[in-house]
Amino acid sequence: MKRYSAFAIAREAFRQHTGWTRAWGQAEPKPRYDVIVVGAGGHGLATAYYLGKNFGITNVAVLEKGWLGGGNTGRNTTIIRSNYLQDPSAAIYEKSRSLYETLSQDLNYNVMFSPRGVMMLAQTQHEIRGYQRTAHANSLQGVTTEFITPQRVKELCPIMNIDGPRYPVLGALWQARGGTARHDAVAWGYARACADMGMDIIQQCEVTGVVTEGGKVTGVNTSRGDIKCNKLAMVVAGHASVLAQKAGFQLPIESVALQALVSEPIKPCMDVVVMANTVHGYMSQSDKGEMVIGGGTDGYNNYTQRGSFHHIEETVRALVETFPIVGRLKMLRQWGGIVDVTGDRSPILSKTPVDGIFVNCGWGTGGFKAIPGSGWAMAELVAKGQSPLTEEFSMNRFRHGKFIDESVAAGVAH
Amino acid sequence: MLILHCPHCDRMVDETDLHPGGEAHLKRHGPEADAEAFENYLFMRENPKGVHFERWRHVYGCGKWFLAARNTATLEVYGTYPAQTHQPPQTIRDTITERQPGWAWGDFR
Ligand SMILES: Cc1cc2nc3c(=O)[nH]c(=O)nc-3n(C[C@H](O)[C@H](O)[C@H](O)COP(=O)(O)OP(=O)(O)OC[C@H]3O[C@@H](n4cnc5c(N)ncnc54)[C@H](O)[C@@H]3O)c2cc1C
Ligand SMILES: [Zn+2]
Repeated sequence: MKRYSAFAIAREAFRQHTGWTRAWGQAEPKPRYDVIVVGAGGHGLATAYYLGKNFGITNVAVLEKGWLGGGNTGRNTTIIRSNYLQDPSAAIYEKSRSLYETLSQDLNYNVMFSPRGVMMLAQTQHEIRGYQRTAHANSLQGVTTEFITPQRVKELCPIMNIDGPRYPVLGALWQARGGTARHDAVAWGYARACADMGMDIIQQCEVTGVVTEGGKVTGVNTSRGDIKCNKLAMVVAGHASVLAQKAGFQLPIESVALQALVSEPIKPCMDVVVMANTVHGYMSQSDKGEMVIGGGTDGYNNYTQRGSFHHIEETVRALVETFPIVGRLKMLRQWGGIVDVTGDRSPILSKTPVDGIFVNCGWGTGGFKAIPGSGWAMAELVAKGQSPLTEEFSMNRFRHGKFIDESVAAGVAH
Repeated sequence: MLILHCPHCDRMVDETDLHPGGEAHLKRHGPEADAEAFENYLFMRENPKGVHFERWRHVYGCGKWFLAARNTATLEVYGTYPAQTHQPPQTIRDTITERQPGWAWGDFR
C-alpha cells in the first residue's frame, strides 16, 4: 500500500496524479478462509482489521451482498458519543470513542473525526433527573461528561431557542469529546487497511446459506459459489435475523426503518451536535454546510430501506421550535436504513448455538460510534472465544434477565 | 403511508391513526414456565424478510386491537383480522399463498 501523506500529494502533483493505486483490489473468492466475515459495513470491516492487526489472522474474507459501506454505515448521521448509563456500555462505547481519536493516523486514512462536542437536551423534569444520573454514572466510569445549564447551552449553540414555549431547554448532558466523523471514510479506511494485510473484500457476494457439520460451521453458500471457513462472523445489522435463520437459530431482534435528511448547505452556524430526545430530533452541521437531521424509528418491521413520511414531519416539526432557522431551510435529500433493535437497546456480540459462528448485531440506531470498539472486541471474541468487552453482551442475557438497559440513553435516536 | 383496514370499524385507516403493537400470535406463558419460554415470549422474534403477522391498534379510532398480515420486503398488505384468534384465518393464508407460494412463518404455512 502506498501511504497517503502531504509528500505523496506533492509527488503526484508533479506527475499528473498517475501514481495513485486502488485503495482495495477486486478479489475473487478463494475456496477456504480461516475466518469469513459477512457484511462489509463498518463493524464487519473493523472486525476483520483488528483480527489482522491484533491477532495476526489475515486469511480472512469479508463478504458483502451489495457494495462496501452501502448499509447503515453509509446512511447514518455520524454522531459519536459514549455517555451511556450502564457499565458494559460505557466500556465498549468509550473504547470506541477513544479509538476514533487516533483512527486517521492508525489507518493512514482521514476519517475526519471531529470531536466538536455532543449535547443531549433535557426538556422535561424527567430528562433532567435522567441525564444527571447519567452524568454521575459517567464520572464513576471515567467517561467525561457534565450536566450543563440552559445558559451554557445557549453559549455553545447560539442558534437555539431555549425558551420553549412547548419544550423549553432546562439543561443538557454535555460530552465535549464526542462529535462526528465521515461515515464513508471509516468504511473505506478500514477496507483499505484490510486489503493491505492481504484480506479479500468481496462485494456483490450474498451469503445465501450456512453449512454446518455436527453443530459446527464449515462454510457458507454464496451467490458466487461455496466457500469454506473455520469461523464465521455474522455482522449484517438489519439482516441479522435473516442470516441467523439460515444457520438455524433465532435472535431477539426486530428490524425497523430509521430515516435521516439533510438540508441545502448553509454558512457555518452550529459547531456542536444537538440531540433532543423528548421531541425526537437531532441535528448537526456537516463540513459541506448541510444541516444533518435525524429522528425516531418507525414502529413496525420493515426491510425496504424506506420509512414513513410522518416521522420526518414529526422530526422537523420538533426542530423548528428549538431551531427557528430551520423553518427557512430547504431540504435536499431524505433516506432510510434498516436498523436492528434489541429489547434492551444494547447490542449483541456473542457466541451462538452453532460452534464457530459469532454474531455482532443489535446496534440499532446507534452503532456508527461503536465501529472501532466493536471491531476490536469482536476480533478478540472470534480469535480467542471470549473478550472482556463482549462478555455482558451475550445473546443469552435475555434468558437470564441480565439486561443492559439503555432505553433511556438510546431509545429514540443517536 | 401504510393504510390498513380496521376489521372493527370496517374502514381503511391511515398509519397515523394506528399504533403498531409488534409480532402477532405470541404464545404467553404462566408464572410456572421456565426462563426459555419467557425469553421466547418477551424477546425472541421471527423478524422475517417477507410474510409477517403483527398486532395493530386503531388508537385514534375505535381503540381496538386487530392483526395484520403484511410483507416486510415489499410492504404489501395481505389482509387484517380481529385479534381474538390464535391463528390467521384460512382466507388470509390463501391470499398469501397466491402471492407468495411456499411461505412459512413460525408454525403457519
Ligand atoms: C438514518 C440512520 C441514522 C443513524 N445515525 C447514527 C448516528 O448518528 N450515530 C451512530 O452511532 N449510529 C447511527 N446509526 C446506526 C448505525 O448506522 C449502525 O448501527 C451501524 O452503521 C451499523 O453498522 P454495521 O456494519 O453493523 O451494519 P451495515 O453498515 O448495515 O453493514 C451490514 C452489511 O451487511 C450486508 N449484508 C446483509 N446481509 C448479507 C448477506 N446475506 N450476505 C452478505 N452481506 C450481507 C449489508 O449489505 C450491509 O452492507 C444510524 C442509522 C441510520 C439508518
Ligand atoms: Zn377501528
